[in-house]
Amino acid sequence: MTDQSELDRLEAEFTTAIEDALDEATLEDVRIAALGKKGRVSELMKGLGKMSPEERKEMGPKLNGLKDRLNEALAARKSALKEAVLEARLATEKVDVTLPVRDSALEQGRIHPLSQVYDEVISIFADMGFAVEQGPDIETDNYNFTALNFPEGHPAREMHDTFYFEPREDGSRLLLRTHTSPVQARTMEAGKPPFRFVAPGRTYRCDSDQTHTPQFHQIEGLVIDEETHLGHLKWTLEEFLRAFFEVEGVELRFRPSFFPFTEPSMEVDVRCARLGNEIRIGEGDDWLEILGCGMVHPNVLKNCGVDPEKYQGFAFGMGIDRIAMLKYGIPDLRAFFESDLRWLRHYGFAALDVPTLAGGLSS
Amino acid sequence: MKFTLSWLKDHLETDATLDEIVEKLTMLGLEVEGVEDPAQRLAPFAVAKVLEAGPHPDADKLQVLKVRALIEGEEKDLQVVCGAPNARAGMSGIFAPPGATIPVNGMVLKPTKIRGVESNGMMCSERELELSDEHEGIVDLDGDWAVGTPASEVLGANDPVIEIAITPNRPDCLGVRGVARDLAAAGLGQLVIDDIPEIDGKFESETKIWLDFPAGAEDACPVFAGRMVKGVTNGPSPEWLQKRLKAIGLRPINALVDITNYISYDRGRPLHVYDASKVSGDIGARLAKQGEKLKALDEKEYELTPEMCVIADGARVLGLAGVMGGEESGSTEETTDVFIESAYFDPIRTARTGRDTGIVSDARYRFERGVDPAFVRDGLTLATRMVMQLCGGSPSAEVIAGAEPDVSKTISFDPARVKRLTGLDLPREESIRILTALGFDVTDGDRLTVGVPSWRPDVEGEADLVEEVVRVHGLNEVKSVALPRRHEVSQPVLTTVQKRERLARRVLAARGLVETVNWSFISGPHADLFGGGAATPGLKLANPISSDMSDMRPSLLPGLIAVAGRNTDRGYGDLALFEVGQQFENETPEGQVLAASGIRRATARPDARGCHWQGKAGPVEVFDAKADASALLASLGAPVDNLQISADAPAWYHPGRSGVFRLGPKNVLGYFGEIHPRVLEGMDVAGPLVAFEIFPEAIPAPKRKATRARPPLDLADLQPVRRDFAFVVASDVPADKLIRVAKGADKKLIVNVSLFDLFEGGSLGDDQKSLAIEVTLQPVEKTLTDEELEEVSKKIVAAVEKATGGTLRG
Repeated sequence: MTDQSELDRLEAEFTTAIEDALDEATLEDVRIAALGKKGRVSELMKGLGKMSPEERKEMGPKLNGLKDRLNEALAARKSALKEAVLEARLATEKVDVTLPVRDSALEQGRIHPLSQVYDEVISIFADMGFAVEQGPDIETDNYNFTALNFPEGHPAREMHDTFYFEPREDGSRLLLRTHTSPVQARTMEAGKPPFRFVAPGRTYRCDSDQTHTPQFHQIEGLVIDEETHLGHLKWTLEEFLRAFFEVEGVELRFRPSFFPFTEPSMEVDVRCARLGNEIRIGEGDDWLEILGCGMVHPNVLKNCGVDPEKYQGFAFGMGIDRIAMLKYGIPDLRAFFESDLRWLRHYGFAALDVPTLAGGLSS
Repeated sequence: MKFTLSWLKDHLETDATLDEIVEKLTMLGLEVEGVEDPAQRLAPFAVAKVLEAGPHPDADKLQVLKVRALIEGEEKDLQVVCGAPNARAGMSGIFAPPGATIPVNGMVLKPTKIRGVESNGMMCSERELELSDEHEGIVDLDGDWAVGTPASEVLGANDPVIEIAITPNRPDCLGVRGVARDLAAAGLGQLVIDDIPEIDGKFESETKIWLDFPAGAEDACPVFAGRMVKGVTNGPSPEWLQKRLKAIGLRPINALVDITNYISYDRGRPLHVYDASKVSGDIGARLAKQGEKLKALDEKEYELTPEMCVIADGARVLGLAGVMGGEESGSTEETTDVFIESAYFDPIRTARTGRDTGIVSDARYRFERGVDPAFVRDGLTLATRMVMQLCGGSPSAEVIAGAEPDVSKTISFDPARVKRLTGLDLPREESIRILTALGFDVTDGDRLTVGVPSWRPDVEGEADLVEEVVRVHGLNEVKSVALPRRHEVSQPVLTTVQKRERLARRVLAARGLVETVNWSFISGPHADLFGGGAATPGLKLANPISSDMSDMRPSLLPGLIAVAGRNTDRGYGDLALFEVGQQFENETPEGQVLAASGIRRATARPDARGCHWQGKAGPVEVFDAKADASALLASLGAPVDNLQISADAPAWYHPGRSGVFRLGPKNVLGYFGEIHPRVLEGMDVAGPLVAFEIFPEAIPAPKRKATRARPPLDLADLQPVRRDFAFVVASDVPADKLIRVAKGADKKLIVNVSLFDLFEGGSLGDDQKSLAIEVTLQPVEKTLTDEELEEVSKKIVAAVEKATGGTLRG
């Protein structure tokens, strides 16, 4: 039987030792001295078995209480020590967070403005139900001219500065398409009306100066069915230009013009304001020529196996490079194809900047 | 096409203002390209009187004038130094005050000192005002003009010049009368009635006309009319005529030539006048003979070919029909007897002759677009009368060979077509009114019977008539009508390849590459380096814009590498660039191949580039290109696990550091590797430079599935087990082979094999290497026992050893 004062002393002694322990090893030594197999508290507890029931009834709870309190103190001290160690480690683990990180690939990559505008244009026309058709850059005289109602020797052919290849054995000459209109002929020839598609692509003319490059990009549109008329053409172009330039509304002016493959033929001007070098579409009191269009010439329909008595419709064509320049304020067409890294980074678009009608064409 | 306002008013009675006319022209399809009002240009200049003229103290050739001029509404006397010999006291001239811009040189006048004497403004010569080439002296006005009278009024330079663009379908508007007719139809006035009475010949022309064409070529010149005028006096044409010609940029030559030029612009009717004394025998039209030559009016000699139609006499060629006359037979100031030609020449043959000779002339421009064949004789009559009026002389009777080609066309026209094609609901009467005003001969009936005027070769069918009606009525009256939607919610429209093309751009940009759009044509030597050029003569342009752009590109790489060179020269050498576009194997449509190609140069590696405090990026290497290519192939839906990789890339790659992606023995999906040092040298671009080329069209189309549902996910509950093996194999054993064999050793259990170490050299010597792999086994039903693990390991070792001839490293 140990008296209360002895237990109190023991508790005070170990409590002090726990609090004085400065590292986990010392603390473990204290635990072993108190509660280890041969620890002093453990030894006292071993004595319980030899006691009388009354003594055991009195000493049991006291010793268990002591054990519990010591265990608690040990755990608390252990946690405090661990915390202190972590704090000490963290205090040494300081970096200069202003050090620069590497640029991510996403920040470095760019989409060419031409491709971006191409995606924008396609998303608008896709919503209007236009499919996308394509054709070869190297064309026959037939698809580029004859089928499109440019008769042999017609001066309209001379409006196109055509790149030719050397004559073939049969005397015919291939050429680089001067417009995307051959795709009209190819697609109509291969299919059956109704047609509703756009044909974007690369086109060529042997012309090079401030505003002309020997290659450029066009998008052609064609709608052929039994009803489509000039009013539909006007609406389609208005809706397209409004959506493309992301403005409230556009005003168009149709001027009669001449293209062999349309009749009537028109050039379309869009109302704009010119502020220095900047052009704003949809406001102001100036006009800017933006595209050519018309009702498909009956000869073209006939040449492509479509009955012009039954079917009619419109065609339009515009420069993708040109509308890209207008929308994004790019001053020089030639720079599109010069691939100066500084230009590409400045005028290019981020990889994930994908144009959608839901999210807006441009971010 | 240029004309002046007063000229237009010869044919059009109108009260419309210049602005109204300009606006209407554009809206009729006769696009106004410019209006030049000389009155505006001459606004600062006005009449001034020279009060005194005295010698300059310091210069013999200069005089000091006292000039009375109107300055800001007040008459002032100014001192002006003048070098003109004709300057004298009492004369009136045209004065330019300080601040005025001199038209001829754009100089802005300032008060100045000339040889020490103050001078305030300038007395002008005609050349300084761009009125003529006259600069011997200053303008010396006849008559009594008030000081301050505007120069434009005094000089009659108040006739605005309008320039319009004429589309190739409107040859009738290459004459002022045609323009007037359009404006009158559009309600801007009345077309002046045209009366061209016949001329009575005073004698029979001794010069006759013949046409001599082989069968089939008669249409080269179906009609040729002419007339002799004897006893003319040639000399400068009258001032009104010179002024009009000058206003539209033509140089007056002499009355006879000026008359033909005038009628060419007035009526779109080219003519030619021969000096009859230089013509021997009769005149005719025929095809040129091989070897014939002509010295034309431009003083150049042209070699003629039998394709060309010429005008000739008994002895020689006099001119290129419809293109340009000859120098020797042209009229001069000494000419007394003339023969006037008015003929019709085939547009196509004239255009070809023009192209082949390179001659650009007003006559060619009109003939190749189609002049009015019914106006041949009227044109001759007009010209004869003008010659008689301006030069005198006595006319012969008309001589003519052949007949006007019949171009009469009648179109059965349903006016309801206007609404069907344009949506514009016009009264039938309006269509009839417009067509009639344009010179069409309209007979009303069930449908309209519309006779097409001879000057409108462009009108062939109903659609053309619709155009005439809406053009004149006003295209802007057409109202927008919504195109019916095909589907309430729009449906996807892109094809698989179109989607791949789009995706390829986004994937490569996301990997840090910058998209370029390069020329479709490159130089022959560059094409040679990439399998094109001399090997594909069908892809060489016959008329390239320069030798740098002569061949269709056989690959996108030469363009990209050249761009890398240019950017490196500018100081930007760490480059990751790509292009997605067309390249050409041959000239057929199938020979045009879509490629998605890219390059990386210097330290532009996928994960790091350039210098950085965490470590400098090393030079790009073949595996960087392979990583780009593999990522792209995977994104585009290629079956990446089934691709074979072999080391037989084309010649433009480094032979030992490049590869080919194939699906089956024939289908090449792409290449990657270092660019061959010789190619870089040939293009003068420094490396290191790696590249890849992927062909999206070669990837098999995805299988169409009935639903979009994915297969159920089967997740094993058991822990995977990993085992490492190292094999010593011969150096030339492809790692890919070892990985595939190991993977195939137990298809049920082995879910992954990854190569984690490559060791070469050292104790292994030159002809062996060590490859270490980690194999992941995924037990399905129960945990693997040691025996089972041992068994799988044995299978792997056996399979690898058998296939590669290697051994497990001890």
